[in-house]
Amino acid sequence: MQIVVDLNRCQSYAQCAFLAPQVFELHGEEALMYTPAVPDDQGERVRRAAAACPVQAILVGERAGARVR
Amino acid sequence: MSGERRDGRIVIVGASLAGLRAAETLREEGFGGTLTLVGDEPRPPYDRPPLSKQVLLGRVRAQDVGLPGRRDVDARWRLGVAAVGLDPIGKQVLLADGERLPFDRLLIATGTRARPWPNPEEAALDGVMTLRTADDAARLAERLDAGPRRVLVIGAGFTGSEIASACRERGFEVTVAERGPSPLVGALGGALGALAATVQRAHGVDLRCGVTVTSLRGRDGRLIGAEFSDGSRIEADIAVVALGAVRNTEWLADAGLAAGPRGVACDAGCRAFNMYGIVTDDVFVAGDVARFPHPLFEYQILALEHWGNAVAQAEVAAHNMVSPGPCRRPHLTVPAFWSSQFGLNIKSVGVPTFSDQVVVAQGSLRERRLVAVYGYRGRVTAAVGVNRAKWLGYYQGLIETAAPFPPRPGAADPPASGVPVPSDVPSPQTLSHGPTVALTGHVPDRRLTLVRHD
Repeated sequence: MQIVVDLNRCQSYAQCAFLAPQVFELHGEEALMYTPAVPDDQGERVRRAAAACPVQAILVGERAGARVR
Repeated sequence: MSGERRDGRIVIVGASLAGLRAAETLREEGFGGTLTLVGDEPRPPYDRPPLSKQVLLGRVRAQDVGLPGRRDVDARWRLGVAAVGLDPIGKQVLLADGERLPFDRLLIATGTRARPWPNPEEAALDGVMTLRTADDAARLAERLDAGPRRVLVIGAGFTGSEIASACRERGFEVTVAERGPSPLVGALGGALGALAATVQRAHGVDLRCGVTVTSLRGRDGRLIGAEFSDGSRIEADIAVVALGAVRNTEWLADAGLAAGPRGVACDAGCRAFNMYGIVTDDVFVAGDVARFPHPLFEYQILALEHWGNAVAQAEVAAHNMVSPGPCRRPHLTVPAFWSSQFGLNIKSVGVPTFSDQVVVAQGSLRERRLVAVYGYRGRVTAAVGVNRAKWLGYYQGLIETAAPFPPRPGAADPPASGVPVPSDVPSPQTLSHGPTVALTGHVPDRRLTLVRHD
């Protein structure tokens, strides 16, 4: 599982940082830092975080182009 | 929707953020023909913003920043091979390995690359680096893991400042050299540039403004230090060249398009112009390599090196590639970007360089928590928030509606003074780094060659 956060959209509500603290954290007062390659055991938490994001800034998916032909 | 535009062959040159999102949008909108993505890097699309932040801090590996897909794009991927030419009459893209890719419609999304250090011998010294690709970031992160004695960052734009921030956070000595009067001044103007300088120095950066690096010194092929235009010198084992970006348009030299060092010019619907200023209908442009007229900024031709612009413009370009004329959309998105550095979250909407005045509308420079609003001839054209992300949506509304400048005081967090001052945006020519937002309407350094018969 791979994620990207639209940080133009992010307003630092930090719901993700509560729901999946190993993947999302606030760096300083309100800059979001996250781990784009989600560890296997964090998938469910990340899905919950994406659903809870008040501005829907988190895109969850499989790595694009991974099955390149 | 007419059937013919949903079929045929589409080639996308550039397999990064814009190329990927365009491919997904094409399929989303029902394109059923063959789709080919060409990328000069061997990696599938990845996200660049973390490279100067999480990756340099050692929290994320450079190979782990791949972009998630929104959907399957059912495409043929030609990765690790650059496009080297475009035949606009035969409608073919020529690849470096000799393959020719015929197309019915083409999307140019070749982006930019890091501007190299101008002296090739010095640039080849071990320890002299740039930061643009995942490979660049992996190399730099590895060097940082080894514990450098001092890192020299040349150019204090966003990339250079973020590199300096990561290095200081890891405890490395950092010197930043910037030809302009302060960091970030080219993008944000004088007031926030002065704040950036104060913040960098407070975080222990040896910040040197108004100087240039006159030479990088090496011994046995390794970087050992640098000399500055004021006669001073430092020792350093890493120098990161952060002089801005060069647009990847060389491969279009013989394509007859309005393509050059400032990008590929296109109309509001992302259709490329040819060299005579006539719009094409089969060649589209998106992302960092595009320059396009924006109605909110007096139809100035803008070139935006922004993540959000790559996504939004790719979506519009893809939509227009499969839609008949009356159903096409203009690319009107308000420009926006973010940067995090030295504990500050900096977010911008609009075009701060398109301004004559600026006012601190909320908060204060002293608290390092504020919204600065920019105006041009009495209307709001941009806003920059420092640790005030939640307010920017409001100011975006003011920009979209051409609200009067200075804006009326907000309900929360009123400023101490509220008096507009000159926005003090310098000419990009006085800076070390290239601008990430370029107002490119007038191009005095290029002359049109009308007749080219080979």
